[in-house]
Amino acid sequence: MTTAPQASALPRRPARIALNAGLVIFVVLYAAIAFIQPNYLEPGLFMNFLRRAAPLVILACGQLYVILTGGFDLSMGAVATLVVLAASILINGDPETTWAVIGALYVMGIAVGLVNGLVVAFLKVPSIIATLGAMLSVNGLALAWSGGAARGDLPENFRNLGRLVLRDVPFVGTLPLAVIVLLGFVAIAWWGLNGTVYGKRALVVGDNPRAAELAGTPVAATRILAFVVSAVSAVTAGILLGGFSGVSVNAGEGLELQAIAACVIGGAQLLGGRGSVWSAVFGALSLFALFTLLNLLGLPQALRDSIQGAILIAAVGATVWRGRRRA
Amino acid sequence: MTFRTLMATTVALTFASQALAQDFNDPAEFKKQREQLAMTPQGPEGQPWAQHLGEGMVDTVKYKKDGQVTLCFSNAGVFNPWRVVGLNNLNAEADLHKDRLKELIVVDAEGKDDKQISDIEALVSGGKCDALIVSPNTTAALTPAVEAACDKLPVIVFDRGVNTSCPVTYIHPVGGYGFGITSGEFIAGKLKKGDNVLALRIMPGVDVLETRYSAAKNIFDEAGINVIGSEFTGSDRAKTKSVVEDYINRGVKIDAVWMDAGDTATAALEAFEDAGLPYPVISGEDQQDFLRKWQSDKLTAIGPSYPTYQWRTAVIAALDVLDGKQVPGPEWVLPQPAITQDVLADYVDERMPPLHYSLCGCQDLPGYPERWGGKK
Repeated sequence: MTTAPQASALPRRPARIALNAGLVIFVVLYAAIAFIQPNYLEPGLFMNFLRRAAPLVILACGQLYVILTGGFDLSMGAVATLVVLAASILINGDPETTWAVIGALYVMGIAVGLVNGLVVAFLKVPSIIATLGAMLSVNGLALAWSGGAARGDLPENFRNLGRLVLRDVPFVGTLPLAVIVLLGFVAIAWWGLNGTVYGKRALVVGDNPRAAELAGTPVAATRILAFVVSAVSAVTAGILLGGFSGVSVNAGEGLELQAIAACVIGGAQLLGGRGSVWSAVFGALSLFALFTLLNLLGLPQALRDSIQGAILIAAVGATVWRGRRRA
Repeated sequence: MTFRTLMATTVALTFASQALAQDFNDPAEFKKQREQLAMTPQGPEGQPWAQHLGEGMVDTVKYKKDGQVTLCFSNAGVFNPWRVVGLNNLNAEADLHKDRLKELIVVDAEGKDDKQISDIEALVSGGKCDALIVSPNTTAALTPAVEAACDKLPVIVFDRGVNTSCPVTYIHPVGGYGFGITSGEFIAGKLKKGDNVLALRIMPGVDVLETRYSAAKNIFDEAGINVIGSEFTGSDRAKTKSVVEDYINRGVKIDAVWMDAGDTATAALEAFEDAGLPYPVISGEDQQDFLRKWQSDKLTAIGPSYPTYQWRTAVIAALDVLDGKQVPGPEWVLPQPAITQDVLADYVDERMPPLHYSLCGCQDLPGYPERWGGKK
């Protein structure tokens, strides 16, 4: 009596359940926000909410790739910070170099992802250790390069990616550029898991790597690609963060854990084998709605942090409990 | 028994927290600093780093030393832009005195008390130093090390103090209450009774920051201005902008933003820009990015300061002591000016980096602006 045959007998069902869990939590939390502050129902404020949630949603999508294959990526926050600092130093106030620098940032991110993936796939270092090491190295690199303080300014065209809001757009009124980037990234992330064979490979690798290998799945390549996608998401999120608020030496601090929490709230299973892009998207939106709600309630910061922690545990606990009951 | 212990603990804690609260809101100190802000400084006109407030002077004839001298400096660290600017000031001031100064030895404690204690011991026992300058990492922990050093050579302390009167002089600007009084009174003067102010602060529990807030809060309370929120931003631009957006989205009108440090002031203002709202009255600090924005967007603003020129004063004081000249003491209180609309244009300098502290008093020092990260 093992669970493996059951899992393979119901391949589509878990994904649908995951969608519902994340979406339900998000709707409940957003309803609570709208109850306290009715103007959050206006399209403008909803778009602003999406704009500010965009980096976290993008990070969660990238993190999901790694979680599906049975790992963690703790380096993404550090990569996002490095991106913000590197952009300000490399662009150095010259708007004409912006696009070339963005290209360079992606190359840098892909390199970090490749290193993570190679270390996990070939040296067999557990991903939590490998990416913890990468996090420390990248943070150290950013600190050394910038001298610990923000230098230089980001030019207008770079800032626009996270800051510009298009006005007078039909149906929604205002449309932040960051929301367009968000929709594009989610679409690509969804296509990667659902439109290609990669999604099935990732699930199989996360569920049982040994079996996957025996069945002829390219386990190492699948894992490495997951870390590259995760790093690319971190670069994208870093660009939006830098655009939103400018140069900051702690732009990405703690985002890696929020991204992991988002995936789990949305119903993805830690150590792999279950989850969809929708778990990441709605999990991240739920988490961000929770942050917003606690801010709106105007509680003192210390109390806010405690409540946030308790609600996170409850949400993840509920998701896991629902999953177990059904299994 | 248990009950009595509990009672005793509760009572003790109540008093303890009261004592703690009073520490950061001391009416006598508030009054003293308010008076100091109003005083006319003594000393050379236009050189606030060489001026002082109040009367006290100390004799230093016993420390007089002829010929070339070696100064030693035990620095708490260079962990923020304020200290980076300050250290550049100190080195540049030393360059002015090449004829008198054989060597300036600077030791960096990297923000660690234990390292700074051993740094001071090493400098004193090394025997090369003729005078010691200390910028303590924390007050209580460094006191014994400074006391031990006082027995061997003249000691000058600046920025944070120590709990002993043994140093020749302790150099510092007016202080945290003064910062809060300057910014609080400006905002209170621009607002009406019942208007709203949002307070943005770096972090809780730091004495020099808590006193800034308590002074401003006292003034707002007196003037009948509502403090609609007091939020910690950790000096993070993204956090600052999000916090301000959240307050804007609550639909409460924010008439003014008060800040205990100016490094994220431009991020707070961006939140108003993005929401399509007019700028609030704002108190920032003397950082370049804030001053530039103030000038280009015609803000109603003030830039109080905790001036970095005190790092120059430390070298001046040490050399004066070795010359046997009288110096202001036992506390050398420096004037603590604020940047106002009238003098704004004098301090905006497009060559300087965004977080350069403009009241550095360094414009006439060797190596300006490159030494401070500016473009030629």
